[in-house]
Amino acid sequence: MILAVLAGFIAAFLLAFLGKFFKGRLSVLLGLLPLSIFNYFLYFFPYITEGETLTFSYQWIPSLGINLDFRLDGLSMLFVMLITGIGALVFFYAAAYLQGHKYIDRFYAYLSLFMGSMLGLVLADNILLIFVFWELTSVSSFFLIGFNNDNAESRKSALLAFAITGCGGFFLLASFVLIGSTVDTFSIESMRLAADLLKRDELNYVLILAFLFIGAFSKSAQFPFHFWLPGAMKAPTPISAYLHSATMVKAGVYLLARFAPILGNHVYWNTTLTIVGGFTMIYAAFHSIFRKDMKSILAYSTISALGILVFLIGLGTQFSIVALSAFILVHALYKASLFLITGIVDHETGTRDIDQLGGLRKWFPLVALAGMLAALSNAGVPLTIGFIGKDLIYEATQHLYGNLSYILTGLAVLTNVFLLYAGFITGIKPFAGSIPEHLTKGPHHATLSPLMWIPPLLLGVAGILFGVLPAIPNNLLISHAANSVYGSTLSIPLKLWHGFNVTLMLSAGTLLAGLLLYFKFRPQAMSAATEYWSHKISPQGITEWVGVQTRLLAYNYTRLMQNGFLRTYVMTIAVFIIALIGYRFFSTVDLRVNTSNFTEIRFFEFISFTIMVIAIMVAVLTNSRLTAIVSISIIGYTICLIFVYYGAPDLAMTQFTIDTLTVVLFVLVLFRLPQYLNEANLKIKLRDGFISLMFGTLISLITLQALISPANKQISRFYADNAYLLAKGKNVVNVILVDFRGADTMVEIMVLTIAALGVYSLLKLNAKPTDRD
Amino acid sequence: MQSTILKTATNYLLPLLLMFAVFILLRGHYESGGGFVGGLIASIAFVLHSFAYGLDQTKILLKYPPITFIPVGLLVSFSAGIMPMFLGQPFMTGLWSENPLPVLGVVGTALLFDIGVFIVVIGVTLTILFTISESIE
Repeated sequence: MILAVLAGFIAAFLLAFLGKFFKGRLSVLLGLLPLSIFNYFLYFFPYITEGETLTFSYQWIPSLGINLDFRLDGLSMLFVMLITGIGALVFFYAAAYLQGHKYIDRFYAYLSLFMGSMLGLVLADNILLIFVFWELTSVSSFFLIGFNNDNAESRKSALLAFAITGCGGFFLLASFVLIGSTVDTFSIESMRLAADLLKRDELNYVLILAFLFIGAFSKSAQFPFHFWLPGAMKAPTPISAYLHSATMVKAGVYLLARFAPILGNHVYWNTTLTIVGGFTMIYAAFHSIFRKDMKSILAYSTISALGILVFLIGLGTQFSIVALSAFILVHALYKASLFLITGIVDHETGTRDIDQLGGLRKWFPLVALAGMLAALSNAGVPLTIGFIGKDLIYEATQHLYGNLSYILTGLAVLTNVFLLYAGFITGIKPFAGSIPEHLTKGPHHATLSPLMWIPPLLLGVAGILFGVLPAIPNNLLISHAANSVYGSTLSIPLKLWHGFNVTLMLSAGTLLAGLLLYFKFRPQAMSAATEYWSHKISPQGITEWVGVQTRLLAYNYTRLMQNGFLRTYVMTIAVFIIALIGYRFFSTVDLRVNTSNFTEIRFFEFISFTIMVIAIMVAVLTNSRLTAIVSISIIGYTICLIFVYYGAPDLAMTQFTIDTLTVVLFVLVLFRLPQYLNEANLKIKLRDGFISLMFGTLISLITLQALISPANKQISRFYADNAYLLAKGKNVVNVILVDFRGADTMVEIMVLTIAALGVYSLLKLNAKPTDRD
Repeated sequence: MQSTILKTATNYLLPLLLMFAVFILLRGHYESGGGFVGGLIASIAFVLHSFAYGLDQTKILLKYPPITFIPVGLLVSFSAGIMPMFLGQPFMTGLWSENPLPVLGVVGTALLFDIGVFIVVIGVTLTILFTISESIE
């Protein structure tokens, strides 16, 4: 089990080294990875159909309660089948799609990484584990969207998607931590029993829900976080098919479905999900009909489909849960197929603009067939599985009480009309009619690799097969998935024929309206001004604005605080310390100075201080750098003397050597510096003098105060008492350094190392000006 | 800056300073001293040599670039830390030899650790100083 989950990671790791062997024709072999995982999970079907739940546990960090606990139930099984099944098709497809690409090995490494993360996500029982895999899917998605990394748009989209899903990840973690601390377990299985505990404190429950929703909505592209998904279409088309329609974007839906029996069945849960899901589905479906780029149309119709799924979770009735499980499968089948077909069209003609395409059935009859099957399933024509899925959605909305039922049913019908249009325009339009002239002129590949046309056709045929024999998917996947989401056994069979009832009439109405839209409606291009303003006030525009402003703020802040002048840094630090410590000191400490136990000033101390004061005066007043450095080193050596007077020989010794080396360093650097210029005028001198005086006074006061504050001598006494007993050393300072606090020293020498490497790399490995660009 | 006096003095001072550095390192457990100070003193010795004979001569004397001292030292310190783990004791537990060795007396992993610190400090100091002085030329 753990091998199946980690296989993707292992493959990705191995590809980093063995990638060059898979760059040519051998890349097809990589498709065997998802295929074998798919076969492995087929073995568990007998258990799932019995209604059993399989658990697998591996120890990872038991002290933190994080174990590699995996659980396979109906819902997980549905997702595993999609991930590995569609994954296998996409792996094969991409071998032909990206044939000869320079970085195809990298592509497969990212793809394997993603598949592994996604499998882990849907199988994990521990919520922290879910979080880890959740983030991994975001990261691998980032790499895949930005796969064409020489394209600026592509990089921007990748960053945008990563920023949105990454922020969502933070909220998800917050929610998980809240859940974990409330029920005192990270296991989803144990949480089911403690579901009431989570709803007891209303504020806590609302926070958990809010954070969870932000996480799930950002991943599953719900309004107002939906806009990263159309941008993510910059990825190569197999990626769009796999990540951004069939699997990854459904992670948020999976999460909500997983938590439905735990957090659901509450008015906040149901209302929020219904409203957000309902709004997203109609908003995105409406948007999809104004697009001309095939991938863009599919992106918006995917957002809409995700909206439908969230909406169905929100309704939370028996019908809606069955509809949810069925629609996850339905949507994955037809949408992946449509994306793969779009990929073929783009690959063979070089355009995805629907106005430029037509008549391709003459060149690719089998692809045209696949496109038709997918479009029909998407439209919900009888005898396809799409018909069953759509019927269930209508059943779900009709089985609600009161006027809400009419509104929501109307909403669902309208959404499906738009979706039907989107499906036809991408699945049928490019193949219908005659081939436009400009396409016949351009070069085209008359022969299409079977690796490319078989996957979409297979998906299309599966849609018909499952539509004619709905008992197969129902008994194997859908009913068990629905049971896991609902929390108890449901008995709603999937039927091809419900009789002449309202649902059938709604279906027929949807078909008619959709067809009318397809034949009569052609989107007009928006005027530049409308486009500008609609972008400006859209969530995407606002997010981009926030991003730009943040960068501007960071730029200005850095300019202000780190302007490259060392003197400003020192001044900033000093002023900050004066303000912060001074405030704390004067506001809380009752200042007293006790002079009674001061010792007499001894003669050699007096001499040392006199030397120091003279050296300071020289350093401040001199006009020569060398003089200043020498006076500063005199101050350092005098401080060493003071350490010696007061019984700190170790400190004195270290200070002495450090001071010597500092002088050497100064002298070395001296030659690099420009001519000594006294830029300071009187005003600056007074300001700096004032800050120095303040700083010195503050430190003196703190020192005086420290003398009379009762100190806790327990720790130093422990070291003094035990240095010889436990560590066989008489020099307590050294024993602390190498034994009691040895790990600290270990880290400190690492810090030293980093400093040395920093200097070395800055000066030695400095790129030549010509190499910089 | 080639001075015969400095060169001659360095010929005597370098071994003396290095011996002193090792002495400081070894006495650290009972008296003032330790790997850190010892490393600094050794670095000063080499810096003195580079002043007298020039950087290139010092590099020849050192045989290996100072930056290679750093991983060696880190490895020595770290191995002193993990040694007790092979005996089933926690990381950084002090181990001590049963019988005193000649001159050194009873040695333990703490000394090994300090030797690592000594080497790292020499490596770091010389890397920084040499890199900066080279960048000037």
